[in-house]
Amino acid sequence: MKDVKVLGPGCRRCEAVETMVKDAAVKLGIDVKVEKITDYAEIAKFGIASTPGIVVDGKVVHAGGLPRADSLETWLQA
Amino acid sequence: MRAETVTIRSDQPRPPATWTWLGSLGMALVLWGLVYSQLIPASEWVVAQLPVDRASHLGEALAFFFYDTPKVILLLTLIVFAMGVVRSYFSPEKTRALLAGRREGLGNISAAGLGVLTPFCSCSAVPLFIGFVSAGVPLGVTFSFLIAAPMVNEVALGLLFGLVGWKVAVTYLGFGLAVAIVAGWVIGRLNLEDWLQDWVKDIHAGGATVIPDERLTLVDRIRLGIEAVKDIVGRVWIWIIAGIAAGALIHGYVPADLMVRIMGADAWWSVPAAVLIGIPMYTNAAGVIPIVEALLGKGAALGTTLAFMMSVIALSLPEMIILRKVLTLRLIAVFVGVVGAGILAVGFLFNMLFH
Repeated sequence: MKDVKVLGPGCRRCEAVETMVKDAAVKLGIDVKVEKITDYAEIAKFGIASTPGIVVDGKVVHAGGLPRADSLETWLQA
Repeated sequence: MRAETVTIRSDQPRPPATWTWLGSLGMALVLWGLVYSQLIPASEWVVAQLPVDRASHLGEALAFFFYDTPKVILLLTLIVFAMGVVRSYFSPEKTRALLAGRREGLGNISAAGLGVLTPFCSCSAVPLFIGFVSAGVPLGVTFSFLIAAPMVNEVALGLLFGLVGWKVAVTYLGFGLAVAIVAGWVIGRLNLEDWLQDWVKDIHAGGATVIPDERLTLVDRIRLGIEAVKDIVGRVWIWIIAGIAAGALIHGYVPADLMVRIMGADAWWSVPAAVLIGIPMYTNAAGVIPIVEALLGKGAALGTTLAFMMSVIALSLPEMIILRKVLTLRLIAVFVGVVGAGILAVGFLFNMLFH
């Protein structure tokens, strides 16, 4: 099961990313555990400089803006 | 069951789809130019259909409104699109890598310049601040970035260029960068790292993470430009209508000599007043510029008007509230003081230069 964390303080875009991740997982038939992290101190530990951020199995794959749908699928399938 | 995905890699020859996109883009630009050139006759025609005397205050205000609204939206669309494409080449993480460990001075200059080019969303302000500072970007350099990014944005520049003139736009760019560089440098020299919030000082940030590049094709970048237009114009159009309506009222109803008395170059107190009035006001760059245009058209001094505009955008209450999470009240006060002083200087200087 993939461990996915969505990093963001709670603005429109990070909510959208969370939805994108869940939808992609359903579409690809992949089991994911999605965790939303909104605490700034926690987000800082991942070393990004912009939100929303996406972490898959402990690795930061994306930061800033919405991800491309096909990129998201690649990360989830890796 | 493995899903099949087709990935187009950037080392392959451009697929035909790219040429379709480029062709459509070219046609869209031509269409844009055509519509833009017909704005005056079109707006005059609209007002002529209304039961209003064209020469009256109401007629003036309406003509201004019907001309400015499509004009501003057209300009905004073009500029936001262009900047959306340019910004696809930059990211806060790349900017951070460029700025980390830089000396002040040169670092402040680079930060201000990058602040203009790097995509910046105010909801990312806190992660960006922490990300920069914890990766070794000096505090003052980070501030230069944070001052330049919202203030010298393409929306403000493009609209100034289109509505007021290229000289004013270039001046705004120059002075905006100058304020960002100098204010950031001054704050850096004050060595106020201690005035960050405690939890920020305690952070064990993960160190600057390098994110593998998402290879973007030309079509991707064009798509990003279009998304930027949908996003920004979608958010900002209400402010524009409100700003143009206010501008139309000023244009049609405020007598020129009153404006000159309140905001003309001779009223020296108008500059500090403009800066102070700007602080609690919040509108984004798009909304304030039609007001700027109307004020200038009525004889307000350029320095005072630009100071007002910079104050409205750069010293915004919402951004202060967001930054309050990482900065102590004292540091915010210093920030407002230094940037405010810079804007004041710009205002006075400009009134003197363009009297």
